[in-house]
Amino acid sequence: MAYSLVIGLEVHAQLSTRTKLFCGCERSFGEEPNMHTCPVCLGMPGTLPVPNAQAVEYAIRLGLALGCRIDPNALFTRKNYFYPDLPKGYQITQTGGMPIYDRPICVGGHMHLVGEGVDRHIEIVRIHMEEDAGKLIHDRGPDSLFDANRCGTPLCEVVTGPDMRSIPEAILYLQRLKQIVEYLGVCDGNMEEGNFRCDANVSLRKDDNAPLGTRVELKNMNSFSNIEKAIQIEIIRQAEILDNGGHIVQETRAYDVARGTTRSLRSKEDAHDYRYFPEPDLVPLQVSEAMVECVRSQMPELPEARARRYVDVLGLPEYDARVITADKALADWYEGILAAGTSPKQASNWFMGDVLRVLKETGKSIQDLPFGPGHIAALVVRIEDKTINGKIAKDLFSEMAQSGKTPDQIIDEKGLRQVTDTGAIDVAIAAVLTANPKELEGFRAGKDKLFGFFVGQVMKETKGKANPAVVNELLKKALAG
Amino acid sequence: MPTLTLHGARERLSQGESSESLVSKALDAAKSSTNGAFNTLDESRSLDRARELDKARKDGKSLGPLAGIPIAIKDNICTEGLRTTCGSKILDGFKPPYSATAVLRLESAGAILIGKTAMDEFGMGSTSESNAFGVVRNPADPTRTPGGSSGGSAVSVAEGIVPVALGSDTGGSIRLPASFCGVVGLKPTYGRVSRYGLIAYASSLDQIGPFASNVSDAAEILSLIAGADDRDNTSARLDVPDFTSALDQGVVGLRVGIPAEYWGEGLDPQVKAALEDGVRRLTDAGAIVVPVSLPSTKYAVSAYYIIAMAEASSNLSRFDGVRYTGRTKDAKSLLDMYSRTRSELFGQEVQRRILLGTFVLSSGYYDAYYAKAQRIRELIRREFQDAFRHCDLLAAPTAPTTAWKLGEKLEDPLAMYLSDIDTIAVNLAGLPGLVVPVSPVGGLPVGLQLIAPAFQESTLIRAGRALEKAGD
Repeated sequence: MAYSLVIGLEVHAQLSTRTKLFCGCERSFGEEPNMHTCPVCLGMPGTLPVPNAQAVEYAIRLGLALGCRIDPNALFTRKNYFYPDLPKGYQITQTGGMPIYDRPICVGGHMHLVGEGVDRHIEIVRIHMEEDAGKLIHDRGPDSLFDANRCGTPLCEVVTGPDMRSIPEAILYLQRLKQIVEYLGVCDGNMEEGNFRCDANVSLRKDDNAPLGTRVELKNMNSFSNIEKAIQIEIIRQAEILDNGGHIVQETRAYDVARGTTRSLRSKEDAHDYRYFPEPDLVPLQVSEAMVECVRSQMPELPEARARRYVDVLGLPEYDARVITADKALADWYEGILAAGTSPKQASNWFMGDVLRVLKETGKSIQDLPFGPGHIAALVVRIEDKTINGKIAKDLFSEMAQSGKTPDQIIDEKGLRQVTDTGAIDVAIAAVLTANPKELEGFRAGKDKLFGFFVGQVMKETKGKANPAVVNELLKKALAG
Repeated sequence: MPTLTLHGARERLSQGESSESLVSKALDAAKSSTNGAFNTLDESRSLDRARELDKARKDGKSLGPLAGIPIAIKDNICTEGLRTTCGSKILDGFKPPYSATAVLRLESAGAILIGKTAMDEFGMGSTSESNAFGVVRNPADPTRTPGGSSGGSAVSVAEGIVPVALGSDTGGSIRLPASFCGVVGLKPTYGRVSRYGLIAYASSLDQIGPFASNVSDAAEILSLIAGADDRDNTSARLDVPDFTSALDQGVVGLRVGIPAEYWGEGLDPQVKAALEDGVRRLTDAGAIVVPVSLPSTKYAVSAYYIIAMAEASSNLSRFDGVRYTGRTKDAKSLLDMYSRTRSELFGQEVQRRILLGTFVLSSGYYDAYYAKAQRIRELIRREFQDAFRHCDLLAAPTAPTTAWKLGEKLEDPLAMYLSDIDTIAVNLAGLPGLVVPVSPVGGLPVGLQLIAPAFQESTLIRAGRALEKAGD
């Protein structure tokens, strides 16, 4: 039986602040264990948390980008549970507890998803700030080891309503959100490093008008494709249960990447009682209207606005504008070409065709290319000043993409300077005509198609360096003679 | 009993006695005392520091106001490199790599920390009997309790070992022992003194404050330790007056509120008479008595214990055997390690409060307990505000009786909780309270509690000094 799908998503975005949420330790990834710790993030007795102003600003920035209302007196709460990676025995967060204490920094935003056959309004229920836990390491000897570097790392949890109706909608939402946090500069968006993590609440119901079914929370999905697979598997699992007249158990399930299955972590019955209560060590956050306005006035351009500007101002096709703005790093790189003086259209031709192809072929990210936007601009200049022609330019690009040398370096080293000197081209034409008497006869007998053959031969004779327009012109004269 | 004052200590230093001598006499007195004020003495470091200061003094260097004077610190206030146990086995051997802000401020004024004072485990008690490192006795009668939880600090001052000591007050833990031991105890306004380095019992109620043998010394210590601290988000961003300048302002025209609820049923008649005599000293000096009412006082004990235990259950989660605490041996699983470590190393009262605190925060009970307690807290806070519209400060008993016999309330937790009835509303409302000795009853000390609006410690010091002067 076919069911209709309902998805709600919770994304944990690690804020790319310099320091942790409640202490001055540097935020880090992949460093020697316990290098970035202090009595505060180790939860030592008598220590107290102090909120990181940059983290608050980042949360506000994200909230404003998603159209949220910013709470002028947001509260922190404690979520209590025992686990060795949680030094204080509680996590400082902004969720849970009684409604009067439930005051996250941002509430009531939205995202309008359009594109790829999707047109859906997604409610952003809330964005709250919280601290991350540390890490346990189990694979080095008989004891489990504890690394506190991640303890106290600032996170923003972005929670949607149960508003998505298909997997592509969910993926599109995540792509857009990832794009937004990257554009805002508040999160690195790196899913492998775990700084953009997603939990999905998935439920099925008979049809779009039926009441919501029992939801299952899916965890441990660290890539878009895993999210897609995990939800797919969960849909099949739930549909089978419903088909057989069963009931869905409200529970949390983890995606097992290796097996491609989900397994139950805990059901609602044995869910933790986190005993939330207001964090007494922190006074309410004081976020003035002036502060919100200050953050608003410094908001970076968001992907939607940037794409619109590319279409309206730069005159790019809609498709190109979307592709380039999909990733902030790509768009910044593209604008680097413009900054070096290249016209938007030419820059996008090289970018959409050649640069993106290199990325695809090499699997590199744009930052890791051996050449920069300036190289493309220089290349275009050499085409425009007729130093090289279009064909040579393509070869030069390939060389540049491998070695990272500048176009001028390659032109000089390889002697690629285009021949526009009519004398030299006339010599080449004469040689070609002498060497191909049969074809010359044929052309003069009316086989016009052979013109192309002569052009090719002249280009070959000049090792591709001749200016094609000049060749055309001179060749016409010579053949007519 | 011979007491030591800051003035007396400075006098001795200026007459040529060395800090080393002052400190070593304090250490000797601590060691020879049978009243158990100290859990840990820092002998070699404190003597080294004294010698350094003696040299600096000889070299004519400018020294802080407490230079070379020995002090004592309650064992729940972190001291760098010096064992800090909270009176609990679970922290036996814990040497913090940092000092509390209040300790740093006293040390930068030149004070020499000689040791850590005994206390009820994690501040949870009113008798100091749950200290894991030995019994603490009342110097006025060693068969009696010094009060708690800061019993050791009160005793160290009452015995004249040190002129001043720091304690902490969550529900009366400075004021009750001050009353029982006959010393001055000051609980500042919540937020007045940084809590950084104070090992939390109940974060929204805890506050560090001084014990001293006179009001002037308490005022001086408060001036040194008070003030905003970037490490404590709840510390007040307010200027700190020089509290000693309030000392001799007198009380002429000052309105002293007498809250009926504190002076009625349950108050020992002799204690009441001694306290009324104290109030009379104030009126004799020109103060005006005003009757006031705090009708929600009867709910304070319940609200206090719910909030304090809820916060404690969370604050004490970090003592889990994973890092700096002791750990049970041969645990079979993580859960087994947690439960055995905490069952073996926490005392009975601490376990009781963790369990109750966990219960009141549990889903399904939250509204009935924690949420209701917070509403009562708000009510109590408002009633104090209303009362202060009619008066400048309040005068109340610190406890309904003099010090109890050791062991008397140990088997009856409820009786122990009820003994806090006169002190806890002040913590719920975050107000400052000062206890000043009045005439003893049957040889046992009694202290009158003065309560002021938030951040009006100067009023307390004015009135406290007047009370003290009239008794001289």
